[in-house]
Amino acid sequence: METILVLAHTETDGSLAKPALEALAAAKSLGGTLVAGLVGDNVQTAANCIAGWGAAKFLAVTGADFAHPRYATDAAAAEAIAKAAGATVIVAPATSRWNRVLSGVAHRLGGRADTHVTAIAAAGGAISVNRWYYRQRMEAVIQRAQRPWVIALDPGCVPAWQGDAGTAAVENVAVTLADAQKRTAVTGLKAPAADQQTIRPDAAMLLVAGAGWTKKQADGQTHVPDAEKLILGFLKLTQASLGGSKSLVDLGGEGQAVLSFMTHLHQIGQTGSTPRHQKGLSTCCHGEEPHTVGWRFVNERRAISLDPNCGWARGKANVLYVADAFAVMAKVNELLAPKKA
Amino acid sequence: MSTPYQIVVCGSIVPDPLQTLEPVAGPAGPALKNEMMLPAVLDPWAWHALFEAAHLAKGAPGSKVWLVSIAPKAKLQQVMMTVAQKAPFELVAVDGPSSGFTEAAEAAAILADAIKAIPGLDMKKLLVFGGWESASRGAGATMQIIGERLGITDQFQGVDKLTVAADGSLEILERIEGGKHQVSKCAGAPAVLGWATGNLPDPPNNPQTGMMNMRTIMPALQRAKPAKLAAEGVKFVSVTQPSQRRGTKIVKDTSPDEIAKEIVSWITGE
Repeated sequence: METILVLAHTETDGSLAKPALEALAAAKSLGGTLVAGLVGDNVQTAANCIAGWGAAKFLAVTGADFAHPRYATDAAAAEAIAKAAGATVIVAPATSRWNRVLSGVAHRLGGRADTHVTAIAAAGGAISVNRWYYRQRMEAVIQRAQRPWVIALDPGCVPAWQGDAGTAAVENVAVTLADAQKRTAVTGLKAPAADQQTIRPDAAMLLVAGAGWTKKQADGQTHVPDAEKLILGFLKLTQASLGGSKSLVDLGGEGQAVLSFMTHLHQIGQTGSTPRHQKGLSTCCHGEEPHTVGWRFVNERRAISLDPNCGWARGKANVLYVADAFAVMAKVNELLAPKKA
Repeated sequence: MSTPYQIVVCGSIVPDPLQTLEPVAGPAGPALKNEMMLPAVLDPWAWHALFEAAHLAKGAPGSKVWLVSIAPKAKLQQVMMTVAQKAPFELVAVDGPSSGFTEAAEAAAILADAIKAIPGLDMKKLLVFGGWESASRGAGATMQIIGERLGITDQFQGVDKLTVAADGSLEILERIEGGKHQVSKCAGAPAVLGWATGNLPDPPNNPQTGMMNMRTIMPALQRAKPAKLAAEGVKFVSVTQPSQRRGTKIVKDTSPDEIAKEIVSWITGE
């Protein structure tokens, strides 16, 4: 029988984020002996919240040195907890913090890691995981002989665990840090102001903007300021998240007219992200299969494009509107405004 | 005074993104149909890492850049014809598969050994660059294991910006959730940086740089030792393409007003 450890880190407020609860749910479905491993400044609140999860043990590495994401300290903490748990399978949410260290931790433990896993299942005494290759263009189901097997589960793939809170008895696992493990210090975060942030992973809707917004329109002129106003207006009215095609976010580097708020962080597709949203609306996007992987995990997709044969939309979107996005989005915003008010 | 660096960029080749990819079952596990016939490019994230390395080296006199790559050497040679014109570097080639179905841990072991074998390697000057993921395996695992094998525990992933301070410390911006960057300060080399897209545009082709690079690239390719990646312990139960193809409803010859009403109704669910 496998000993399954779920590794989770606390947030700045001491809570567990949704991806951690999803990892708990996925791990519980596998059966086996469950162990919770928590890392953070103080984890008691988080442990209490998952007291009803069914853990045989709650192990933790705590303290100010473990409050912030840092490779050396996070890897040391995860390694120590995994050894203390005697884990054969380690499930963790694929957050940026754990993605940074889990493969290195698997190496230290003499095991293997699989990252960006989208499903985990146990059947016939074997655990299988699903993950995508070649940027979401093919999906594999794999099993492993190596143990411990570290599995990083992508956020949004399974429902979050829900259960009773209580009082968890947390065992602290001692980790002694050398000075060499503190050569790096986290000094802060950089982000647009809250009212200017246009990347919203938890939004129900994704708006994808393509390079067509910055191209010459029917009058022979570009209308970039108008495009910015329409896109930002839509985002404000719907609280949608914004994604961009590679060609659009690359324009800045090529010295062309750009949407001022568009960065490489917005890029989706072959070399960008593949976000998970319930609905997606693409506008002025043109391209072929490689670019459309950006909305592989968007459930309902619609597109506005002047090209009825656009590869971005044909066979990929549920509905393709062959129309001028400037005109349509202006009207969409006009109709949405009273509802928002 | 700027610190000279030894910057080792790890990166392999991937099929040109515009190619249609189809998985097939091969004797050694899954592979791509006509894999050796597919045109290849340097992995896009390794491509960014290489430019960032060249940019850093240019600003720190005495620095040198290596590109360490596991790939079928005939295909690597083809790709180098393009890459060599972009930035000055010395190639360290290992002749092996570049498939996405290879094991990150096995590739990392080979790459770490290749890095250790670079003559005159000085850990106090070493920065190991690479993509934070690849367009083939997409695991984001290889760089961490290389770092572990080299004994480097200052590691950063999803890096978009590296700034060297006057005291030699490194300020690094890493991508985190929600469109934010985490800012870290590292005392200095050695460090591992897995790059996202960085900030630099693609440099223009420079035939002179290409000529210089090719003088060392061809001998490096000839010296490339064969490496076997066995994928031990992993079993691919299935590898499939997503079969879901949507019957797209095409709406045309309809006024913007009508389309907007339909979209708003869809968004609001009313």
